[in-house]
Amino acid sequence: MTNVNEVATALPVVEARPPSGSRVELDGLVRVYGTVRALDGFSLTIEPGELVALLGPSGCGKTTVLRQIAGFEQLDSGRVIVNGQDLSNVSAQKRDMGMVFQSYSLFPNMNAINNVAFGLRMRHQRSSQRLEKAAEVLEMVGLSDQAKKYPHQMSGGQQQRVALARALAIEPQVLLLDEPLSALDAKVRAELRDQIRMLQQRLSITTIFVTHDQEEALSMADRVCVMSKGRIEQMATPAMLYRHPTTAFVAQFVGVSSRVPTIYRDGTVDVFGQSCMVRGDERPNDGAEVDVLLRPEDLAIEPDPQGAGFVTHKSFLGATTRLVVQVRETSVRIDVRSDQGEDLELGQHVNVKVISRDVLVAARLESSASSSPR
Amino acid sequence: MASIGDFITQEEAGIEPPMPLAGARKRRRRFSMWRFIVLLVAGAYFLIPIFAGLKFSLQNIAGRFSFQAIENLPSAPGFSSAFWLSMRLAIATLVVSVLLMVPTTIYVHLRLPRMRRLMEFITILPIVIPPIVIIAGILPAAPLWAKASPYLLSFLYVILSMPFIYRSLDAGLSAIDLKTLVEASRSLGASWLRTLTQVILPNLRPALLSAMVLTLALVLGEFTMASLDLWSTIPVWIVQFNTATDGHVQTAASMMGLVGTWVFLTVIVSIDRSESRKSRRRTGAL
Repeated sequence: MTNVNEVATALPVVEARPPSGSRVELDGLVRVYGTVRALDGFSLTIEPGELVALLGPSGCGKTTVLRQIAGFEQLDSGRVIVNGQDLSNVSAQKRDMGMVFQSYSLFPNMNAINNVAFGLRMRHQRSSQRLEKAAEVLEMVGLSDQAKKYPHQMSGGQQQRVALARALAIEPQVLLLDEPLSALDAKVRAELRDQIRMLQQRLSITTIFVTHDQEEALSMADRVCVMSKGRIEQMATPAMLYRHPTTAFVAQFVGVSSRVPTIYRDGTVDVFGQSCMVRGDERPNDGAEVDVLLRPEDLAIEPDPQGAGFVTHKSFLGATTRLVVQVRETSVRIDVRSDQGEDLELGQHVNVKVISRDVLVAARLESSASSSPR
Repeated sequence: MASIGDFITQEEAGIEPPMPLAGARKRRRRFSMWRFIVLLVAGAYFLIPIFAGLKFSLQNIAGRFSFQAIENLPSAPGFSSAFWLSMRLAIATLVVSVLLMVPTTIYVHLRLPRMRRLMEFITILPIVIPPIVIIAGILPAAPLWAKASPYLLSFLYVILSMPFIYRSLDAGLSAIDLKTLVEASRSLGASWLRTLTQVILPNLRPALLSAMVLTLALVLGEFTMASLDLWSTIPVWIVQFNTATDGHVQTAASMMGLVGTWVFLTVIVSIDRSESRKSRRRTGAL
């Protein structure tokens, strides 16, 4: 690919970046819409070449963060710093950010190659040079045979790959992906997900990826930032986030959890007659009514005609089978190997055991005393 | 077990679909007959006056077929000055309308989407308020230098054309994902001007053309304002000349105006298509 210094000739505000990607610092971002604080002192540092996923429910502020970084909206307070340069008051035009939108956003009046070359044209590159570069990037996303096609002649997946090529062609300081896969069907989504990750690693480009799909976030990102109400709930690697959620929100939002009501006593809780250590720093008062949050793989079952639980649902997931087991007034989800799951009948009595070293507790939900699992 | 053969359609298998019920067929025939009648009446409503005008303009005083009225048209007293005045006013109106309404409509769509209803209301006012009220209000208030210039009419025609031009542009902008296109363009390093000229306007071309044709037709047919401002545009000339002649020449002028608008429309659409083809060929050759 062409050197960054050749491409960014028309962007005087942003200096050439180190080849390993840019460091992004978001410092106390605040954005208020009327009475709603979309961002409430949001701070985050992203290392060069890192892919960070912003994950959260609708309205948590993840897209607002991305739009602030891109410069599409004015901050109420806070700073966006890229490679040590404060870009908070720099217009979107001069920020040198490549963005891929949820809706394909290709220019309908231009064919694929001209769409990709658009950013280079804005940087006053010579026609032959920019077309060569655009063709190169199109080839990189596997669309060199579609170069002359117009957006309406391409599928959704192809359009999104052209949009990705267009964002990459300018060799941006930061690549911003705003739910780029959400409009695609499952198969194309999985393919493009792998392609984005591969390209991001190959080009070592700092990338921020907004999604509400936890599978996407966990499978693609170096680190995942779970957001709620304009703030960070937890920032960790996918494995840490899944295995060691630090808040009940993260435990509930990331992965599948069942809530089992119990009483907290002296650093332990009783789960189905078994004493379990409590994870995390936050400790409730002794005797407090709490919910234990259990992942499907935190539990195991043993068929036992005298067992306290019985199987109410079975879902075949391929290598594993997910069971829903009713234990007294609580139902929990448990993943078992599919060969084990095949032998279990609906209504069969089982014993449920906690097999994880420790468990996470959360404040009792009214509904969880007789809840069905989330 | 099901085989592939189980999934062929009835048509592929040579099985005719069941015949529709006789009642349904009868109803459908009656419905298409009514559609034909409505189309015929509407067509007659539009075409008979045009046909009558065309026939009259192609007759001489004796009632025989002749091109005399059309031949006499360019040399008719006052015609050429009225024609060029109308053309100048049309061009000025188009330029001012486009320069005013295109950025305004884009701005409202991008930054003030809640104002769209208000804009619709404001732009519909020229239809509700008669032109005679507008000109009667403007003339006493306008400074002398403005009254002395025919281009005052252009500014008034801009007001009159607002409902058509705003609605065309509004529909055109609603048909594209304007916000995303603008943001994509800006993030790629384009200035506002480049975003407007290279991203928005090319995608707005059909809407812009229809707005321009409607504006042109309005300007070439407007009588009240021009007459009260004492400028002899084509419609005013037709009325004035009518009082002095047998009517064949001015009917020919009306017909020429009509044909001229159609020719203009055809030319614009052809240029647009040819530009699109050229642009595709250019990009296709890359």
